[in-house]
Amino acid sequence: MIDLSLLGFGAGSWGKVLLLATLMTLAVTLVALAIGAIIGSLVAWAKLSKNLGWRFVGDAYTTVFRGVPELLIIYLIYFGGSRGVTWIGSLFGAQGFIGLPAFMAGAIGVGVISASYQAEVFRGSFLAVSSGEIEAARAIGMPRLLRFRRIVVPQILRFSLPGLGNVWQLSLKDSALVSVTGLAELMRQSQIAAGSTHLYFTFYIAGGVLYLVLTSLSDRIFGVAEKRVARSFRGSVGRG
Amino acid sequence: MDFAFLSDTMGQLLAVTPVTLELWISCIAIGGVLACFVTWARVSGVPGLTQLAAAYIFVFRGSPLLIQTFLLYYGVSQFAEVRQSFVWPVLRDPFNSVVISLALCTGGYTAEIFRGGLQAVPGREIEAGRAIGMSGFTLFRRIIAPIALRQALPAYSTEVVLMMKATALASLVTVWEVTGVAQRIISHTYRTFEVFICAAIIYLVLNFIVIRLLLHVERRISPHLQGRPNAIHPGAPPEHAAGPIELPEVPR
Repeated sequence: MIDLSLLGFGAGSWGKVLLLATLMTLAVTLVALAIGAIIGSLVAWAKLSKNLGWRFVGDAYTTVFRGVPELLIIYLIYFGGSRGVTWIGSLFGAQGFIGLPAFMAGAIGVGVISASYQAEVFRGSFLAVSSGEIEAARAIGMPRLLRFRRIVVPQILRFSLPGLGNVWQLSLKDSALVSVTGLAELMRQSQIAAGSTHLYFTFYIAGGVLYLVLTSLSDRIFGVAEKRVARSFRGSVGRG
Repeated sequence: MDFAFLSDTMGQLLAVTPVTLELWISCIAIGGVLACFVTWARVSGVPGLTQLAAAYIFVFRGSPLLIQTFLLYYGVSQFAEVRQSFVWPVLRDPFNSVVISLALCTGGYTAEIFRGGLQAVPGREIEAGRAIGMSGFTLFRRIIAPIALRQALPAYSTEVVLMMKATALASLVTVWEVTGVAQRIISHTYRTFEVFICAAIIYLVLNFIVIRLLLHVERRISPHLQGRPNAIHPGAPPEHAAGPIELPEVPR
């Protein structure tokens, strides 16, 4: 039967390695989500812009990055990014090939994908902000930037929370694809453990269980956060 | 712009496009059938069966597809019992193995979509059906299924596009489809961007066609839910029908 002692924490067992890898997966996904939030809000802004050119750029971004396999995008960032870094390096007089660190390549790759989904979430939230509130702010003479900071952004963040929860889950699972760059995250370490012990089933199950723990835990956390946020909606649907 | 390289790349990628399509069609077909069973188990209310279906959905939606694929392709060979059994000739082949794992995964997602469709069937419609004496299968065939399918179709189109993207994982278990061949060309030539563009065009065109087809089906089966017909040009499509193609909303 399956030897479970290999999953423990003693010498020669893989428990600690897999737990560290789980933290790495979390780290990659967190950085990716942050990168995605920055790019995503820019793309959402472009999609909502009155300028036809910007709108085209925004729509093209979300169409391409939601329509092309995630794996292909990660290849693009990993191989293409290294070429870009090498080129920048050569400007500063560096010689030869410089690789983009696997962590950065992975985080940017997953981030770029999650940006396309976050852009849709932000756009939807922006459209959900009632125009009455913006008019009210304008009526009391708030300048544009202050209006954006005090009225629009807080509401966008609030409306976006459920959507961002979905994007987080999605990015968490996409981060498994970063294993192709060799970054020691959960998928990659499960692969290494499986390969070196020849217990493929055991270690892929172990990896899968750890992913399930991550996804169900973050589901809980987003559930709690959504309930807290729902308190600020007066008499709204789904109030916690 | 090196057009010779681009057309050569495009040729190589188009040559394996049928493999991507085969993977996609097989996993959609098998996954669809599977999803029907899982949905049925999930809403059956039979103790044990419902929990089993819920667990199935939880596992396949909660873990990355890549680990499921590896588990099936590399994992089951750990057991000598499997290697000696009748399923081995099927599972040994990477193509079959990938199709099965993709189908198992999409089965979980699709089951949730179908369940959502079922829940959207208004209780009064079922009551009305019962009132005129319909029961069991007739009720399902005439009332429940048509309404549920219409409700589920938009979300199902999203899932179908996601599966098109998911077929890319087949390249990691040595099935040469579009993404795999693209990666091979990239690692031979280091011309990442050009190859990416070619592969991206193939996927975008495939997804565009699929979305258009499903939109067409959607319009055919639920004309009453479409926008008001154009009164000035009666033959013209409803106003919002001509909008840009909608790619999937945030899924998973």
